[in-house]
Amino acid sequence: MAYVAVKGGEQAILNTHRLISETRRGNQALAELTLAQISAQFGLAVDRVMAEGSIYDRELAALALKQAQGDMIEAIFLLRAYRTTLPRIAASEPVDTSEMAIRRRVSATFKDIPGGQVLGPTYDYTHRLLDFALAAEGLERSQAVVAAAPLDEQVPQVIDLLDSEGLIEEESDDGQEEVFDLTREPMRFPAGRDQRLQNLARGDEGFVLGLAYSTLRGYGHNHPFVGELRLGEVMVEIVPEELGFPVAIAEITVTECQMINQFRGSAEKPPQFTRGYGLTFGHNERKVMAMSLVDRAMRARELGEDVRYPAQDEEFVLSHADNVEANGFVTHFKLPHYVDFQGELQLVRQLRAEHEATREAAQMKEAAE
Amino acid sequence: MSASITTNHNDSGYNFAYLDEQTKRMIRRSLLKALSIPGYQVPFGGREMPLAYGWGTGGIQVTAAVIGPDDRLKVIDQGADDTTNAVSIRRFFETVADVAVTESTEDATIVQTRHRIPETPLKEDQILVYQVPQPEPLKKIDPRETETRKMHAYGEYGAMQVTLYEDIARFGRIAKAYDYPAIVNGRHLMSPSPIPKFDNPKMENNPAIQLFGAGREKRIYAIPPYTSVRSLDFDDHPFEVQSWKGCCALCGSTESYLDEVITDDKGSRMFVCSDTDFCNTRQAEKTATAVADDQASGEEA
Repeated sequence: MAYVAVKGGEQAILNTHRLISETRRGNQALAELTLAQISAQFGLAVDRVMAEGSIYDRELAALALKQAQGDMIEAIFLLRAYRTTLPRIAASEPVDTSEMAIRRRVSATFKDIPGGQVLGPTYDYTHRLLDFALAAEGLERSQAVVAAAPLDEQVPQVIDLLDSEGLIEEESDDGQEEVFDLTREPMRFPAGRDQRLQNLARGDEGFVLGLAYSTLRGYGHNHPFVGELRLGEVMVEIVPEELGFPVAIAEITVTECQMINQFRGSAEKPPQFTRGYGLTFGHNERKVMAMSLVDRAMRARELGEDVRYPAQDEEFVLSHADNVEANGFVTHFKLPHYVDFQGELQLVRQLRAEHEATREAAQMKEAAE
Repeated sequence: MSASITTNHNDSGYNFAYLDEQTKRMIRRSLLKALSIPGYQVPFGGREMPLAYGWGTGGIQVTAAVIGPDDRLKVIDQGADDTTNAVSIRRFFETVADVAVTESTEDATIVQTRHRIPETPLKEDQILVYQVPQPEPLKKIDPRETETRKMHAYGEYGAMQVTLYEDIARFGRIAKAYDYPAIVNGRHLMSPSPIPKFDNPKMENNPAIQLFGAGREKRIYAIPPYTSVRSLDFDDHPFEVQSWKGCCALCGSTESYLDEVITDDKGSRMFVCSDTDFCNTRQAEKTATAVADDQASGEEA
């Protein structure tokens, strides 16, 4: 008999682990990457992995990237799986981003703003020309000039300037109510804004970017203005029960975007601007801008607008934005499906046989007539 | 910093069966609710597991919640113990729970499965854990959970019956080979997970506890022992299961679900049991009887 039952899955799996470890290391003649190098020189990759992996830990994110050979989604998955095992110690106080130690801050709505426009580190105005000098090692790199005086400690949000005139809707959530926790509770529909923002913050950058793009091209009426985009460090505080007052536990880097959008008003409300909001761990400008657009699009129902396009449909967006979920389900089709396939195969053979029989019967009848 | 990473990533740093006790309690509460309302999908705070979604995250969370140090675990995928993902999940529990594993359906206290129900009938003290990719049988009718939830609440399953009728109108038969919908306990429409419809009758009146876990969708549902499970059909088109003309090429069974194996590039094929434990046991029994017969005939001569 030609057929031998396929055994040895166990051995094959052990071997593939060894092989992937070997492939990851690559050429042994080259120095091995250190976590410090990844964290320092692939900073934006680390930032994305922290944001979507939803743990603020540069070193763990760097390790995940190293282990995943730089595959972002795999690295994000590693962090998420690790995150599950961590105990929940406390929920932080709401973070006040007006107290941010600002490194970059721009507004597209006013030429000059209190606190000033601060370009900070950005690729925005570089020409995307490959810098061949960068290929050389050990060259001295240019250093930026540091301003004589530091920035103000309190930099007001541009959007609050509009607030005082009533031109923009008031922010209704003061952060005092208990927040939905997407990592502990299943998704619920209709979703609150807290659930939507959590989902978007962890959501796949590419997916959220594509959705945001669709709202600008007619699939969801949206014309946005960047009220403010800021990057910098904020303090995270918790209030331990036994102390009763806030204690700072960490300083983290975040990127925040306040998007201003048109709203034509409704029977109850006069025309005014509405908000879209984005915030992530680390430096992720593209992500927070996309996030704030999709956040605004998903507020359609709440604002009495028609829900007609994918980006406005929270069940569609929230169910498909997470790349750990999407990656798992899409790739699971490489698992064996031969039992189901056998069922289908049988069915199609049966249907084809019946189809053929009916056709032949019809032809016979025609010939007889 | 790097020191703290090493300690954090130490294998022994994980709790028994990976999940912490509070999470297991939360899952067990959902399981109890699921058993109390057979076929009803209970939302639970599903966790992110070190396994990809769609690869059995629901199943391993349910198993992790019910497994104890004295259990004997069997894991199958497509009916086989040696398929790669079954091996991977079994190894996961060997690593994080250090439990005894077995390939024998008879000896197992917990069987985690993907796409099959074992051929060997289950017993009262056994638990069958199904991995479920999509718990909502009405999803293909309406992708919105806000709608399907209402349909379940009102027991409004006419639309499902209509889709089956459309098959009959078009093909002359119900064209559904797996994940064949069933009504549990005369009330809730349930997805049996993508098992072939061949296995549907095994769910009915089963002495074992049947638990279903969908990780990505964060839903748990269950069939308590000895519960009615009726596969949807029509009076003039009764439910029927797959059958094969031949028998298993290895053990000769005519009652088991067969896989088709292509044996050469000329398209030759053979059919063998998808349930490897069932097939191996039968082959061993056949050899044993043959040896016994040989010995008996030898003694006679």
